[in-house]
Amino acid sequence: MIPISLPRTALLAALLAIVLFPLIGATFYVQLGAKIMIMAIFALSLDLLVGHTGLVSLGQAAYFGVAAYVLALISPQYEAANLWLTLPAAMAVAAVAALIIGFLVVRTAGVYFIMVTLAFAQMLYSVFHDTKLGGGSDGIYIYVRPELNIAGFKPLDLENPMQFYYFVLILLAVVYAFLNRVLHAPFGRALAGIRLNEQRMRSIGFPVFSYKLGAFVLAGALAGLAGYLAACQFGFVNPDILAWQQSGVVLMMVILGGMGRLHGAVLGAFSYVLLQEVFSAPALLGAYAKHWQLVMGSLIVMIVLVFPHGIGGFLDIVLRRISYRPPSSARTDGT
Amino acid sequence: MTGGEILKVRGLCKTFGGLAAVDDVSLQVRTGELHAVIGPNGAGKTTLINLLSGDLPPSSGSILFRDQDIIKLPPERRSHLGIGRSYQKTNIFLGFTVLENCRLAAQSRAPRLLNWWRDALSYNDELEQARRALAAVALADRADDVALALSHGEQRQLEIAMCLATDPQLLLLDEPLAGMGTEESQKMVELIGRLADARAILLVEHDMDAVFQLADVLTVMVNGKVLATGAPAEIRANHEVQSAYLGSSDEIL
Repeated sequence: MIPISLPRTALLAALLAIVLFPLIGATFYVQLGAKIMIMAIFALSLDLLVGHTGLVSLGQAAYFGVAAYVLALISPQYEAANLWLTLPAAMAVAAVAALIIGFLVVRTAGVYFIMVTLAFAQMLYSVFHDTKLGGGSDGIYIYVRPELNIAGFKPLDLENPMQFYYFVLILLAVVYAFLNRVLHAPFGRALAGIRLNEQRMRSIGFPVFSYKLGAFVLAGALAGLAGYLAACQFGFVNPDILAWQQSGVVLMMVILGGMGRLHGAVLGAFSYVLLQEVFSAPALLGAYAKHWQLVMGSLIVMIVLVFPHGIGGFLDIVLRRISYRPPSSARTDGT
Repeated sequence: MTGGEILKVRGLCKTFGGLAAVDDVSLQVRTGELHAVIGPNGAGKTTLINLLSGDLPPSSGSILFRDQDIIKLPPERRSHLGIGRSYQKTNIFLGFTVLENCRLAAQSRAPRLLNWWRDALSYNDELEQARRALAAVALADRADDVALALSHGEQRQLEIAMCLATDPQLLLLDEPLAGMGTEESQKMVELIGRLADARAILLVEHDMDAVFQLADVLTVMVNGKVLATGAPAEIRANHEVQSAYLGSSDEIL
């Protein structure tokens, strides 16, 4: 017999809703759903650094943007690029960028780390903004989305919004499951130790620099995956994609959802994009909708004040209360 | 029994601005020997430990560990060579369980930088090693408690268990008895005595009863300099030491 509890039912219902949504939702909302899930992958990549390693990066958009540019630059102009080549290439370039930048920035800590990650991201921004590479400040178009082609068989047509939605959903699930494994593996446990007490980690023999650099590169590659998907979806890449505002948005998602919990990053991305949609639409705020950032900013400040562990942390507490059973049932903590 | 010299320190100096915190310190520690460093507050004892563990870079001098010059090595490399240290202020992973604190220390012996897949708790050797270290400090029954829930004395024991889980040949203990009650202190003294049988220990401690009970060799430091080195009985009889340090009993406590 399967025990039926409210949290489990709620989780199943939410997953079912996400899976079935494209069948009933209007195309606009299906595309919005895909955009949210792409941002969720991006937020997961940053949470690996911020929430799980204690490295607050304000330059994560650099790797997101670099991968987006890789797709734009290597796509043939009037035909579909091969996803099996372009996706690994985009992620690899993002990872290499993270390796080079990480090698320099991971030596710093605290506010200096924030500053140098920001500085390197802005340098990349300038490269794309001020040179002819990638069309300068005008950006470049990707006219045809990449093709998922397995020996002539095409399981998914990424031009179709519904199929693109499912493609992104599968990748989000894979990234989530992968990070969940990584965090429970020796590598992830070492990152948790580094977040709590770096000095102690060194004195018991961990080469902390290498572990942080490893996390930085992994986070860069995953941000690259998100950037690649974003470029696919929008069919357009310009320098704003790696500007500091983009790094700030994804950091806000992580904080809003609750740092250091994977479901927090996903919830943060969902909440942020949905709130932005609501506040920037004239339906709710009328003529004030163009000042949506003001409302949004105030709301985020309030949420963070009321829920210090973000929306994810708040939900954890609620679910724990609801599903409280006598202590005999051993609870396993996912963090 | 004491073996060969495992640690040889020659002319070690550390200056902070104009202040020589450690000034031309030379000493050696043998395997199976407990070498205690005593001295008034500000004598440079903790700085000395930080120089030996690699937490601070020395200004000059040499440190030979098993005849290898380790002066340029970072703390993690020294840890792998066999140097373990405890901190004066309890320095553990408060949010982890007691067992996880030690398991992580044991994990460091098998570098798994690129192991991103297998569950960390599935490595039985490391769990065994962690449990042995906990048993050695009599914390085995607290293994599943969060470190934060331990008493101060138990946290000090855990600190040492974390060192033991890395199987060090030289232990640097920085005031392991600090802030402990009489009963806790006595247990810790017995523990340190047991650990000294098979390892070299450099102990910095203010508790003179414990020091004279445990030490095979004593080094007295004052203002960063070594005032005297010798067997406990010699140190007790040394007039210089008496006037500089042991005589003024208010400074001992």
